[in-house]
Amino acid sequence: MRAFTYERASSVEAAAGAAAQNPDAKFIAGGTNLLDLMKLEIEKPSHLIDVNGLGLDTIEKTQDDGLRIGALVRNTDLAADGTVRRDYGLLSRALVAGASGQLRNKATTAGNLLQRTRCPYFYDPNQACNKRNPGSGCSAIGGITRQLGVVGVSEACLATHPSDMAVAMRALDAVVETVKTDGAKRTIPIADFHRLPGDTPHIESALEHGEFITSVVLPSPVGGKQIYRKVRDRASYAFALVSVAAVIQPDGSGKVAVGGVAHKPWRIEAAEAELPKGAHAMTSALLADARPTEQNRFKISLTERTLGAVLSEAKG
Amino acid sequence: MQFEKPATTNPIDQLKVVGKPVQRIDGELKTTGRARYAYEWHDPNLPYAYGYPVGSAIAKGQITSIDSAAAKKAPGVLGIVTALDVGNLQKGKLNTANLFGGSVIQHYHQVVAVVVAETFEQARAAAALLKVDYVPEKGAFDLRAEMANAKTPDPSTEPESSVGDFEAAFSTAAVTLDAEYTTPDQSHAMMEPHASIAAWDGDEVTVWTSSQMIDWWRSDFAITLGMDKEKVHLMSPFIGGGFGGKLFLRVDAVLAAFAANAVGRPVKVALPRPMISNNTTHRPATIQRIRIGAERDGKITAIGHESWSGDLPGGGPETAVMQTRLLYAGENRMTAMKLATLDLPEGNAMRAPGEAPGLMALEIAIDEMSEKLGMDPIEFRIKNDTLVDPENPERPFSHRDLIGCLKLGAEKFGWDQRKNPATRREGNWMIGMGVAAAFRNNLVMPSGARVKLDKDGIVTVETDMTDIGTGSYTIIAQTAAEMMGVGVDRVAVQLGDSRFPVSAGSGGQFGANSATSGVYAACVKLREAIASKLGFNSADVLFEDGEVKSGNRVVRLAEAAGVDGLVGEDTIEWGELTKTHQQSTFGGHFVEVGVDVATGETRIRRMLAVCAAGRILNPITARSQVIGAMTMGAGGALSEELAVDTRHGFFVNHDLAGYEVPVHADIPHQEVIFMDETDPYSSPMKAKGVGELGLCGVSAAIANAIYNATGIRVRHYPITLDKLIDELPNVA
Ligand SMILES: Cc1cc2nc3c(=O)[nH]c(=O)nc-3n(C[C@H](O)[C@H](O)[C@H](O)COP(=O)(O)OP(=O)(O)OC[C@H]3O[C@@H](n4cnc5c(N)ncnc54)[C@H](O)[C@@H]3O)c2cc1C
Ligand code: SF4
Repeated sequence: MRAFTYERASSVEAAAGAAAQNPDAKFIAGGTNLLDLMKLEIEKPSHLIDVNGLGLDTIEKTQDDGLRIGALVRNTDLAADGTVRRDYGLLSRALVAGASGQLRNKATTAGNLLQRTRCPYFYDPNQACNKRNPGSGCSAIGGITRQLGVVGVSEACLATHPSDMAVAMRALDAVVETVKTDGAKRTIPIADFHRLPGDTPHIESALEHGEFITSVVLPSPVGGKQIYRKVRDRASYAFALVSVAAVIQPDGSGKVAVGGVAHKPWRIEAAEAELPKGAHAMTSALLADARPTEQNRFKISLTERTLGAVLSEAKG
Repeated sequence: MQFEKPATTNPIDQLKVVGKPVQRIDGELKTTGRARYAYEWHDPNLPYAYGYPVGSAIAKGQITSIDSAAAKKAPGVLGIVTALDVGNLQKGKLNTANLFGGSVIQHYHQVVAVVVAETFEQARAAAALLKVDYVPEKGAFDLRAEMANAKTPDPSTEPESSVGDFEAAFSTAAVTLDAEYTTPDQSHAMMEPHASIAAWDGDEVTVWTSSQMIDWWRSDFAITLGMDKEKVHLMSPFIGGGFGGKLFLRVDAVLAAFAANAVGRPVKVALPRPMISNNTTHRPATIQRIRIGAERDGKITAIGHESWSGDLPGGGPETAVMQTRLLYAGENRMTAMKLATLDLPEGNAMRAPGEAPGLMALEIAIDEMSEKLGMDPIEFRIKNDTLVDPENPERPFSHRDLIGCLKLGAEKFGWDQRKNPATRREGNWMIGMGVAAAFRNNLVMPSGARVKLDKDGIVTVETDMTDIGTGSYTIIAQTAAEMMGVGVDRVAVQLGDSRFPVSAGSGGQFGANSATSGVYAACVKLREAIASKLGFNSADVLFEDGEVKSGNRVVRLAEAAGVDGLVGEDTIEWGELTKTHQQSTFGGHFVEVGVDVATGETRIRRMLAVCAAGRILNPITARSQVIGAMTMGAGGALSEELAVDTRHGFFVNHDLAGYEVPVHADIPHQEVIFMDETDPYSSPMKAKGVGELGLCGVSAAIANAIYNATGIRVRHYPITLDKLIDELPNVA
């Protein structure tokens, strides 16, 4: 870990302003991802702006019956919130499927969205990695890829986004609200928030430098059966091999996002037209462009089978 | 004391303290955080500095240069010791890979330098500034690819055995199996990382470390540092797990010593978690071929087991065929091991080396044979039980109750409820049961102890024995209490200090039986000293209730000790009984699993182990060992695998996020039953090892349960869902 300077931001504007002044600055929220990466010098901020004192830790109804979730709401509190549990059960289920109780107590909404990949080569500074070291190459290609992405992958990177929460938010059509360093506010639909690797896998989100997430907004409740199914090698405390977040309506229509397969929560709205035909049709459309490796080809059938189980559960 | 004849009645047989469920005497220290582990020794008067190791970025080759200019200038840096600075060092006798020194890189994350600074954070930051240049060389990293080049290892490893005419018997057998099984490289993944503090005083050094074997470390430390063993003082009273990963001297101790010498201050060095799996040792992967031939009635006529594994030059094979020489009868037999040269990190002992991976394969093969024969797998095992060493029939087992374990286990587990493969469903779960035999040899090691009696009647045991979480403190206290006729509360136990008599140490499940036998021997000496001081005839002296009694004379122990106290010291040594008699431990593992019909995720529902392991010295600590081992076996069956990058030659998933050991949610109800038995051939304690038995066979029982649940036979561990998914029934 490199030495860094540290400040506690007193307001959102001050946080954005501090970030504007220092191109190496990073916000720190729960620190559960950032600090681990700093210890390995995968992240090397020279300045940390602690945003934990900014409030932004409430969950409130919006004017159009949606829900505004503060950027600093802890994953534990979000999962336990009564409204979330009642109207957005998918989100609650996804959250508790992630990490551990202790980590969820620290982890925040914004931090969770921005957590970085778990590709093992990304974590080993001796290995070439385009995401860690742009242009250095990708050691994972041709190596150990069982956990890595099968769709939306590029010649430069096969990594996945590891969040559970984000997959549920993608299925729920969340919108990310931000403030830029110049104070301008904007909203980013979650579909556009995370990026595919392309040839710049180090650029992972639509955020600009110093752009600060203030909240995530969920639209008004959509009802339906809300199921989050996370598949993994051990029963807890492991990232998803594949996860399926689904909102299934009584008529068989619905929304489905898949985790563990791509550089972002994977959802293709057009593919959802196939949903009433069943898991095979839906998965074929959703993963039509998949380019798996020998080691992770199983994720294709795993996605289909998991979705199949989710659909039967929704019917049941 | 020479243990040459089977034990007869002795004071241990009173079982007033030994055999009782005594709570860990060090438990309170541990639960209150006062048990000090290696890195935690802290004397506020000492100016500790912190060393951070730098691991090689290549798997094989040469270091050409190390540029430490930037690191030297970093804040807080006190010194840097590089492999090039120290040059080639003499390698410890028990190490295969060089730990440190010189330009040759033998494996990934071999330490190339240690950076020492005022704080841990400064040392870590400066370590990242080191620039190391290498000339990489091509290495061999793929066991499968190297199989053809594998050779029969050194005869000292007893690589081959053969009885009768295996080939002829196998080719004419009515029912045969010929299958290949694989087990992956595995990491010990113990909780406490390797860590040491070294402090020099003139030419003497004290090292606080985390070691299973004090004397082995001390010897190899002295060799590596080129110093007199007598000038090395090693301390390791508490160890946060080892599983074999701390049997042999490790680099943290060497680095701490060099670093402390370089900066003239005591230095702490811990291996960062991501360095552990590639820097230290691991259980090597195996490829195994098993052939079994039997008559239609289930009698085995031919049994053959071959195993391929790899290691660095000078290393040894994973002895995965050993149990097959002893576990089942059969007139025609062969075993063979082949060793390939691999440039991966050093392969070496991990809990139940040999038997653990060997039984992972053999006990699936036995399940497969039973099915071919249309026999219940327990019946098949019973049919082929043997009371003698099948390669050497004049050599009986000292005591063997595999049948008892299997029968009792079957009854308790409800084995008769087992259904045909792939026929039991509960909702989305396909349910199955599996069984496997557990088998692990009982090894014995010389073990010394010193037992003191003081003027207050307190008995203090001193031995360099270690407690790696196993309960050594407690069973040693129980042994001394039984021998001296006092309660455990009157016994103090001091372990893990090289100033104490050399003990068996902790490994190979020899620790408990050997070390308590050493304490027994020392207590016999102390009893003699007391009797002789009191002028009692030692043959008819009774030690009970804190008193020494002879005829109608009764003296309190405290009084007998007098102001100067009394001491007994001895070492237990072992005669021919391990040669004349095969000493082993046995068990039956029973497992029920559910396999998710959609995803192929396997979740264990219940586990039972029935163990026949001689006298159980303490049912609480013994049970802990067995359930811990069953948990490890669950990891081995379902998730643990060091993934080898065969291009760059290293284990890729080198942290605890990537190397998945079981978590609580993976482990269901576990039950352990100990057979009520003693083995007088094994030791005066009549006990045997149990710390590794619980791991032996359990992974195969899980594999067999998965087969019973799904009808899918997976012969390649770990049995992850990707190995099942293509054959699972359609769900859509
Ligand atoms: C052992 C372990 C297991 C885990 N398992 C899972 C799992 O199974 N599933 C899962 O989904 N996750 C898992 N996680 C990841 C965990 O969810 C994330 O670490 C956590 O959500 C990150 O939140 P944080 O607040 O701690 O973020 P931080 O570490 O503080 O920050 C992460 C990033 O977000 C940026 N950031 C934070 N707040 C803002 C803001 N308001 N605006 C702009 N940028 C911001 C930071 O600059 C940093 O780049 C695991 C983590 C660990 C350590
Ligand atoms: S897959 Fe992406 S994260 Fe992994 S090594 Fe390649 S570039 Fe880096």
